[in-house]
Amino acid sequence: MIDRETLSSEAAAHALVERIEALVTEPVALMEVCGTHTVAISRFGLRSMLPPDLRLLSGPGCPVCVTPLVEIDRAIAVARTPGVIVTTFGDMMRVPGSGSSLEAERAEGADVRILYSPLEALGIAESEPASEVVFLGVGFETTSPTIAASVVAADKRGITNFSVLPFFKTVPAALDMLAALPGRALDGFICPGHVSAIIGADAYEPVARDRNMPCVVIGFEPLDILGGLVMLLEQVRAIKDEGAHARVENQYSRAVTPEGNTAAQALLADVFEECDAEWREIGMIPGSGYGFSERYRSFDTRQRLAVNVPPPAGPTGCICGEIMLGLKLPTDCPLFAGRCTPRDPVGPCMVSTEGSCAAFYKYDRNDSCGS
Amino acid sequence: MCLAVPGKVLEIDGDTARVDFGGITREANVVLVPEAVVDNYVLVHAGFAIQVLNEAEAEETLSLFRELAESLDDEAKRGTG
Ligand code: SF4
Repeated sequence: MIDRETLSSEAAAHALVERIEALVTEPVALMEVCGTHTVAISRFGLRSMLPPDLRLLSGPGCPVCVTPLVEIDRAIAVARTPGVIVTTFGDMMRVPGSGSSLEAERAEGADVRILYSPLEALGIAESEPASEVVFLGVGFETTSPTIAASVVAADKRGITNFSVLPFFKTVPAALDMLAALPGRALDGFICPGHVSAIIGADAYEPVARDRNMPCVVIGFEPLDILGGLVMLLEQVRAIKDEGAHARVENQYSRAVTPEGNTAAQALLADVFEECDAEWREIGMIPGSGYGFSERYRSFDTRQRLAVNVPPPAGPTGCICGEIMLGLKLPTDCPLFAGRCTPRDPVGPCMVSTEGSCAAFYKYDRNDSCGS
Repeated sequence: MCLAVPGKVLEIDGDTARVDFGGITREANVVLVPEAVVDNYVLVHAGFAIQVLNEAEAEETLSLFRELAESLDDEAKRGTG
């Protein structure tokens, strides 16, 4: 059913690029807030196909990149605690904390294991009952339901040596903050496809309505992205020329409904409750995170393990914050590709494969640097 | 991090489905998609099916792209492209 050949047809891509060229008659800036989009745009080389007046900016779409330094330090402190097994998705391993990383701790003997699914942590907890198994709860609404489901499963199975360090972030509150920035330089949002599969396209209605910000939910194949850009640019044009009002549109209707996945939403509402959350290099965004609900609070690692986390010491000279706010591109950072590389990263955007600096380093560097 | 991969449900046994990803079969938990049935396509993320794909919508998107491709071919044939 997913005919990838059609989804990457060159002739259709040309037709869409022609439409985009006709629609971009003055500078336009669109922001993607999903690391998977960042990587897809770079990997397919879309920037080089598009008119120079169309700027595609990478927002805070990588959950690893927006996890505050103090939380990375907390995860490291937990990993150093005797009797603890830290389990995590792989992207967290190399993120530098103040003086170490999970990868460095593992090399020093800490028990840190990379998992594909949070469910695997339950099996570890059952087979190693003397250990405390901690899962690092990083992710947006695509991932948080899978962790909520694992917590409910642990509860049903009577597993008491499993807990989660919650670093969850939610997308709509962050979009609202970005859309409300003074002197905003953004003309529209490329809304994240798989976050939207859970929360539904309607979740962006307030941003479109109250901030007059065009929002289009877009899939991840090259033609999805180009087709979605046409939809966004048509809205931008209608707002400028006819005084139209911004709307939410859904290019990725094969995976995203207006209301989203209601079973997943019910699970999120049961296991978590909304809280304010700190986004690395950006700051506090009200109502943009999840903590545990009272019913499941015993699964919060912070309730079970007291660790001492000294005040964090961050990297200097890193402009990840400005990049994630859409104010700068990675190539504007003086450390980019010199002092800061994926092998020896300074900031979080260079570590995670979905970070904007890492995506630029891998795919766009030559174009952007003009070399 | 939010990458999700489409696959076809081959079999469902309680909370667990066997899903075919173009010849590779893996298990996926289906508690988040209680409506899923055998032969559905689902999006799988971190070991969980997170959404059932809508085949009619998928076909509509594909036919839109096919039309676009053909329109460009026609233009090229007419020498106006
Ligand atoms: S290149 Fe490195 S130091 Fe510069 S903004 Fe990106 S991650 Fe930070």
